[in-house]
Amino acid sequence: MQKEVKVKTNLEQDFPKTSWSKETIMRLRRNKGSMIGLAFLILLLVMSLSADILFDYDELVIKQNISERLQWPSIKHIFGTDEFGRDVFARLVHGSRISLLVATSSVTFSVIIGGALGAMAGYFGGEIDNLIMRVTDILLSIPMTMFAIVIVAALGASTGNLILALGIASVPIFARVVRGAVISVRDVEYIEAARAIGANNFTIIFKHILPNCLAPIIVQITLRMASAIYNTAALSFLGMGVSPPAPEWGVLLASGRSYIRDFSYLTLIPGFTIMLTILSLNMLGDGLRDALDPRLR
Amino acid sequence: MIKYITKRFINMIPVILGVILLVFVIMELAPGDPVLLILGDNASEEARIAKTAELGLDKPLVIRYLKYVSNFFRGDMGTSYISNRSVSIEVLHRFPNTLKLSLVAATISILMAIPLGITAAVKQNSFFDNISMVVSLIGNSMPAFWLGLVLVLFFSLKLGWFPVQGATAGWKSYVLPSVAIGFMNMAAIARTTRSSMLETIRQDYIRTAKSKGISKNQVIMRHAFVNALIPTITIIGVQLGNLLGGAVITETVFAWPGIGRLMVQSVGSRDVPMILGCVITLSICYSIVNLLVDLLYGFVDPRVRSMYT
Amino acid sequence: MSNDIENILEIDNLFVEYRTQDGIVKALNGLDIEIKKGTTLGLVGETGAGKTTTGLAILGLIPDPPGVIVDGTIKLNGEYLREKTERQMEKIRGKHVSMIFQDPMTSLNPVIRVEDQIAEVIENHNEVNKQEAKILARKMLEQVGISKNRGKDYPHQFSGGMKQRVVIAIALACNPDLLIADEPTTALDVTIQAQVLEIMKELKMRRNLSMLLITHDLGIVAEICDMVSIIYAGRIVEHGTLVDIFDYTRHPYTKGLFNSLPNMKDRTAKLKPIRGLMPDPNNLPSGCIFCSRCDYAMPICSSVYPDYYNINGHVVACHLYNPENIKEEVLFYGQ
Repeated sequence: MQKEVKVKTNLEQDFPKTSWSKETIMRLRRNKGSMIGLAFLILLLVMSLSADILFDYDELVIKQNISERLQWPSIKHIFGTDEFGRDVFARLVHGSRISLLVATSSVTFSVIIGGALGAMAGYFGGEIDNLIMRVTDILLSIPMTMFAIVIVAALGASTGNLILALGIASVPIFARVVRGAVISVRDVEYIEAARAIGANNFTIIFKHILPNCLAPIIVQITLRMASAIYNTAALSFLGMGVSPPAPEWGVLLASGRSYIRDFSYLTLIPGFTIMLTILSLNMLGDGLRDALDPRLR
Repeated sequence: MIKYITKRFINMIPVILGVILLVFVIMELAPGDPVLLILGDNASEEARIAKTAELGLDKPLVIRYLKYVSNFFRGDMGTSYISNRSVSIEVLHRFPNTLKLSLVAATISILMAIPLGITAAVKQNSFFDNISMVVSLIGNSMPAFWLGLVLVLFFSLKLGWFPVQGATAGWKSYVLPSVAIGFMNMAAIARTTRSSMLETIRQDYIRTAKSKGISKNQVIMRHAFVNALIPTITIIGVQLGNLLGGAVITETVFAWPGIGRLMVQSVGSRDVPMILGCVITLSICYSIVNLLVDLLYGFVDPRVRSMYT
Repeated sequence: MSNDIENILEIDNLFVEYRTQDGIVKALNGLDIEIKKGTTLGLVGETGAGKTTTGLAILGLIPDPPGVIVDGTIKLNGEYLREKTERQMEKIRGKHVSMIFQDPMTSLNPVIRVEDQIAEVIENHNEVNKQEAKILARKMLEQVGISKNRGKDYPHQFSGGMKQRVVIAIALACNPDLLIADEPTTALDVTIQAQVLEIMKELKMRRNLSMLLITHDLGIVAEICDMVSIIYAGRIVEHGTLVDIFDYTRHPYTKGLFNSLPNMKDRTAKLKPIRGLMPDPNNLPSGCIFCSRCDYAMPICSSVYPDYYNINGHVVACHLYNPENIKEEVLFYGQ
């Protein structure tokens, strides 16, 4: 988004000026899909934040209760119970904490590292740009899921390593997005003006350039969150991410799989939850993209 | 043109070297001594030293890397710690299965997605458009491994139409795995085709084409579609990459004897040479797919083509 | 089509609206246009006055949605175009009426060779095979001053002026009865403008072409046109011969247009732009649309839309020319 050059005209009386962010929010609110997605995500966030109040972790999520094992959904257990008699709903709610934690931390990691690298590459150009871009080329030529598996294979399966793996795997994507955005505004007049009044590189990158690259970064963040949630579940499903008995969604799927023939709800419900979360993020991302850049519609 | 293709292939070499280096360094971090893994905990001191020397593990990382690379370009990717078989032979043995499944899934999804996207764009905001876009939005969000499980539940366990797993039942064994991985591709390609068609239909040259009096179908197929294909090719490339990367997961769900499953098994048994072999092979495939996609641009778009010469 | 019809094009009382989420934009509000066979009419007005919409309406190419033709008739060569089916319109477009668009940079398909883009329209409307169409297309290229060897090239290999020549070649390939040229030179450099205009003039003479030239450039109008219609907010406010409009300007808006041009003889004279902006087409005033910007506005102007006053073929929509209102001091006949 380029800053508008302010010219005082009599037009301003006729058209009340609304700010860019207000207009964006207005456009976003008009998009039904992204509002539904946002609502689901907020619900998920609230549930995961109050998970400890809703369900006691040790008592309901971890402790086995064989007498109640493999019960189909009922009023007492709305999503049924698993092979150890644990309430699936309670496990899903606590599992959302892991998914959201991994997704937000890994995306934060890649936004910061990738953003800084991309900004440097785009702003300084030349050799630095070349070096950073060759490294991202290498990272991007390993399929993301594979790369995460390699890291987990080397460092061991744990939530922390999963965050690191997914974080590093997304770094090149943010580096590319930010670099492209920086290059597109680097030589615009107002940057030259900032340079002319003696602003240093740091100020120029963080105060002038990055705020103007926000649109593609925000869109990419929602999409990478979706991808991180997918990969968390996928790796845990393979036994390479979060390990049981933690109630991670992929773990739930993997253990439910053994009972798929007779107790299909153990596979269907966690998978459906994963899908809804990713769907919500995708719908929000689509809406954001359209709202932030109406030309792309 | 040939010069350009050669140049692009040569440019791939440093990337491959980088991939090998990266994976090499990461695997270096893996805890545990591979010699103990091979010989067992009770091996004698001498046997351990001899095995370490045999594997070259007493040499510094740089030397081992250079040796691996020089062997790699001679087609030798080392020996498995576990089965003691050649990694190259094992990988080449599994590779056709992964490739076949990916190609079947890719072909079906592209052949379905493009007409779907075009129709949705031409009938923008119609019932058909809305339905197909909701379906592809869901498809785009559905984890392939879960879709695989759901398909197995209904079509194998309940209806018994297709085998639950494996690749031994002829074409029938391809149906569920390729649907599971192809559905997401189809959704993504259809969505991109639709939006780039919508973008193209608004261009001035489409108005020019209409003003010539040619029929609507011709305007769409001859003028709009070819131009809309350019962003679609990009997404097809991305999706083919996902297909290869996702092979790890779907192959596990369907016990498909491909590279992905081999890799998961090797991670489980800490078989470092095998992991390296799988990752590097799939990464090279991925790079080749991206290269082919770039060349396809030139095939479709004369503006890109003129940059080659 | 019969040949004894005097007017190649008659548009009568045409209303076009664009119905968008943000409201209804009234693009044309009772437009009347007449073009005699073999003559060129200049349709002159500001950006947003409805000029391009007029061209698209004749071709039946108003984007729908959001565009809707609400009322009015369009008669090409004596046939009512609005009664035609889409199939019949396809036979007319490119054959009987064709259009040159404003921006040559985007008007050509980037992935098709230029000779194929010309051959396409020839093949579509004539009984020729692909090869013959291609040969005719190359001939067309030479007529617009491009070597036929360049036919194999793609649009991105041509400059803006060359592209516009190609667009002209496409438009004239089937010898249309009427050519609509929508700001054909606006996007080009001045020197290239002159070349393109020269080509259009020559082709017009040679083929006895009828033409609707849409422009905001009065210089081009003086150069090419026989008749002139001044359009303002989707209506014609003044119509007459070139001499009528240039030497006996009547409507205050037309006067304003001329005053906005620099005076080469007296360069110290200040430009006199028309004050204000064209009214919002979402919300048109009830009286004369120009009223709020008019220096001669009278009380009646803000409430009643003026009739057309026809003085020997020079038509003007302004209350000043109502015989009842004509007084010595307001009659500014001549300059």
